[in-house]
Amino acid sequence: MPIAANLHDVVADLVHDGDTIAFEGFTHLIPYAAVHEVIRQGRRDLTIIRMTPDLAYDQMIGMGCARKLVFSWGGNPGVGSLHRFRDAVEHGWPAPLEIEEHSHAGMANRYVAGASGLPFAVLRGYTGTDLVGRTPSIATITCPFTGEVLTAVSAIVLDVGVIHAQRADRHGNVQLWGILGVQKEAVLAAKRSIVTVEEIVDELPPTPGSVVLPAWAVTAVVAAPRGATPSYADGYYERDNAFYTEWDAISRDRETFLAWMETNVMARR
Amino acid sequence: MSDTSWSRDEMMTIAAARSLTNGVRCFVGIGKPSLAANLARRLHAPELVLIYESGPIGTKPTRIPLSIGDGELAATADVVVSVPEMFNYWLQPGRIDLGFLGAAEIDRFANINTTVVGPYDHPITRLPGAGGAPEIAASCGEVTVIVKHSRRALVEQVGFVTSVGHGRGPGDRAKLGLRGRGPQLLITDLGLLRPDPVTAELVLTDLHEGVTVEEVVAATGWELHVSPALRTTAPPTAVELAALRSLEAA
Repeated sequence: MPIAANLHDVVADLVHDGDTIAFEGFTHLIPYAAVHEVIRQGRRDLTIIRMTPDLAYDQMIGMGCARKLVFSWGGNPGVGSLHRFRDAVEHGWPAPLEIEEHSHAGMANRYVAGASGLPFAVLRGYTGTDLVGRTPSIATITCPFTGEVLTAVSAIVLDVGVIHAQRADRHGNVQLWGILGVQKEAVLAAKRSIVTVEEIVDELPPTPGSVVLPAWAVTAVVAAPRGATPSYADGYYERDNAFYTEWDAISRDRETFLAWMETNVMARR
Repeated sequence: MSDTSWSRDEMMTIAAARSLTNGVRCFVGIGKPSLAANLARRLHAPELVLIYESGPIGTKPTRIPLSIGDGELAATADVVVSVPEMFNYWLQPGRIDLGFLGAAEIDRFANINTTVVGPYDHPITRLPGAGGAPEIAASCGEVTVIVKHSRRALVEQVGFVTSVGHGRGPGDRAKLGLRGRGPQLLITDLGLLRPDPVTAELVLTDLHEGVTVEEVVAATGWELHVSPALRTTAPPTAVELAALRSLEAA
């Protein structure tokens, strides 16, 4: 049974230095509690993958957890830049950050390929863009039936896939709904998976439009109430838009950022 | 109404809203495109189908979302799909009429850069990157872009092609196998630009009220051609301004 008692032990057991790891959730259900636990435990040399790095990856990058970032859109949505990401790419602080960038369509298809157990996915995409020459995981492929030249992207295969969901039952079956992003794919493309949830309930009530991940498809399920804050959990709490706006000033300056992380992440258990 | 009762930024948003036809299926970028599309839905285009890359299709938000995936978008949508489904089933086959995008840089052939300013490996400014734009620009029926007019934004040639407009000129989209017609309208706070049917280069077709041609030329990073049939944009109406301001205040 995947139900675990605490997030600290789950991260200690399943996330290792040098891992390729994704924390997914498209604006919604971003697994902040798990990201913060990884930062607190001082993981290093991670390859961190995420379509929209968001504040969570700004924090991991600024705290020196990452060696490489794979992504498709690295901004603070509706606010502006991710300053820690920019500082790493533009000035190598706190360490040089290798980047591999895609479009959303490409990243989504790479996750689908990983979840499907295929080495690559096919799409119409990237044609004529300068991403083609920059990103080695983009290539062309000729359709064996029509001869049409299409784009291939290599599969994302994760050591660890992490998501946050609304709830799980006592057996560890996971239920999530609302904007679902590539969360199902991130779990199924991973060798090990961690799901944090708002609550663990006796039974999962049928919910329109919800996705259920059976207990046997996930490695660990652990309760982390408000574990997506400042992102949101449909049905539980709203996105903290004010904090997303405040992050611009917090993250702009290295010392202010480090002080904020010390008080709000490192010192909290 | 006096000329000082509205700003150029408001004129830009209102011109963008006017360009959206009722009933069109529109893939909406965050920021100005989202604001203009929601304004259009409150004015002349109540049946505009708003689609956001986070998954909501046919969404009818009551307030302007800060991010592309705010809960409000999911709560008021006809359906919410996963991101792979959005790009593979809905965008890729050409089911969406119009892509509505912003840009950091756009060039004379309407190619868009949202990736990097300066050398890729040692950037002067690292921008957010591609997001959904490359495939939106490739696969939507056509594309509208909205950008504040300046020589920094409207450049001779983008340093990095994140999303293809008309490549290096006429016929390039067809050669690349891109299925949509590409950018057909650029809306700025000074006027409207459209690709010339022969050269595919963006030319000034409409001037917003109170703006001079000289001012637009000076704010454009290439030798801007002006359409012989140059029109003047009608100034914002009281109804348009009231709707925009109430949206922004909500």
